[in-house]
Amino acid sequence: MTLIKLSRAGLVALAFGILLGLFLSIAAYDSSYAQTSPAAPAAAAPAAPAPLPACDAAAKPPILSKCKTDSGDTAWMLTSMALVLMMTIPGLALFYGGMVRKKNVLATVMQSFAITCLVTVLWMVIGYSWAFTDGGAYLGGNSRLLLIGMGTDVVNPLAATIPESVYMAFQMTFAIITPALICGAFADRMKFSAMLWFMGLWSLFVYAPIAHWVWGGGWLGGLGVLDFAGGTVVHINAGVAGLMCALVLGKRKGLGTENMAPHNLVLTMIGASLLWVGWFGFNAGSAVSAGGQAGMAMAVTQIATATAALTWMFVEWGLKGKPSVLGICSGAVAGLVAITPASGFVDPVGSLFIGGAAGVGCYWGATGLKHMFGYDDSLDAFGVHAVGGIVGALLTGVFARNAINSLGSGLLDGNAHQVVVQIYGILGTLVYDAVATLIILLVINAVIGLRVSEEVERDGLDISLHGETVQ
Amino acid sequence: MKIVMAIIKPFKLDEVRDALTGIGVHGMTVTEVKGYGRQKGHTEIYRGAEYAVSFLPKLKIEVAVDSAQADKVVETIIGAAKTGQIGDGKIFVLGLDHVVRIRTGETDAAAL
Repeated sequence: MTLIKLSRAGLVALAFGILLGLFLSIAAYDSSYAQTSPAAPAAAAPAAPAPLPACDAAAKPPILSKCKTDSGDTAWMLTSMALVLMMTIPGLALFYGGMVRKKNVLATVMQSFAITCLVTVLWMVIGYSWAFTDGGAYLGGNSRLLLIGMGTDVVNPLAATIPESVYMAFQMTFAIITPALICGAFADRMKFSAMLWFMGLWSLFVYAPIAHWVWGGGWLGGLGVLDFAGGTVVHINAGVAGLMCALVLGKRKGLGTENMAPHNLVLTMIGASLLWVGWFGFNAGSAVSAGGQAGMAMAVTQIATATAALTWMFVEWGLKGKPSVLGICSGAVAGLVAITPASGFVDPVGSLFIGGAAGVGCYWGATGLKHMFGYDDSLDAFGVHAVGGIVGALLTGVFARNAINSLGSGLLDGNAHQVVVQIYGILGTLVYDAVATLIILLVINAVIGLRVSEEVERDGLDISLHGETVQ
Repeated sequence: MKIVMAIIKPFKLDEVRDALTGIGVHGMTVTEVKGYGRQKGHTEIYRGAEYAVSFLPKLKIEVAVDSAQADKVVETIIGAAKTGQIGDGKIFVLGLDHVVRIRTGETDAAAL
């Protein structure tokens, strides 16, 4: 009883803390508006308004506000944000939801939905600032606390042709889906309260720094790590964190003896399809522009995904005798994961190889690897996302072509060193992610406990944690 | 009076119903059930994990009849429900003490 009271008190304290923080920041909010209020109008009206300069991060000094953004780029990025959001709600929610037993389906979709809401607010408060502003090699600064200063005519130098609000929202959807992916590892057995604490802390102290390292001007990007849309930042990150969760929480009761078959693979297929369609916002949107680079990213994404799905399907058909719906959907997701870091750097032939490698590698990751070590990564967050992310990151180092993107050239262009750089990116992310995730897990476990009780696990999370069931 | 309870393969329902109507049995209760006998289940495979599913879907038909008619009903059901493959099902005949038609209050033989 005391522990329940403690955790509820903790939640109330958290709510008060958020309200207090908001209240205290109103002073900063007011004063920032006072500084940007316009000067007294001139006595005579000007003859004609001067044309806005184009936003230019490279200019000296850089033109980052009151400048003209590109409407084509902006229109595409507005769309991409919505597509990537759709990947989480309802894409991932349904993908995972269909794979769990019926007694846990509501709890599973609740995780995706609640994480969307939680990470949105945290990203707004400080996550975006820590990830994508100038601060240092390891973390951004606090200049965009509460997004103060992000007006309608400001750009982020990392994406100078679109308004900063669009860039912030686009990156927010990545910050949302990454923790949501982790849920696959601890399906059926994590407390909702502990999950909220974990995801909140993880998105601030693991996702934001790693995003900064690779994309926000930090040390991995500085080393030359190529990660176009998040193979490392999103997938290896989520997958390794998932493995930590699976190890700390332990196996589901009844694993190996009870029937834990997916309760509705139609939901999973719908989810996988929404992920596939939404992923064009993820990969082609990471071009942050509407043009040839986005177009190529879109093309290679489609090719790699289909190739991986076919590969997984044929491997399964050969090894197990029947091609399954779960298999082809998983294969497609594996392909999407692996092409993610490569999408802006490789040509269609490269994407064929990446898709094939992902189909084989992730099939093994979700079956052989899991059985070899015996951990219960329930929905294969590590097996598909970490393995796929690693395969994709390495093959980006192989197949990156200078002709496709002047920022990257890989082994096929004669630059074998890129593969080594990719390994730095993988290891840097993996080590920090594993250690930081473990610390967060152990702290939460000590304070409120991570795992539900055996009765709750047996009765099902839906009725026990949320008071709802599906018939 | 007897209750004839038959576990049959689901696709045989229409045939059994028609056959029973043919011998003057005009009511039945049908339930969807799961079960197994000598018919083993099948194996499902999800991402490499195999699940043996031993419970197979069946239908349970319950018909209340006069004791004198029970044997005829059993024969009729066998004739309609049999395929010759394992998994055809079983028939149980249970004693029935009392029957009431709710709408009219008729009892026993008048209620069948």
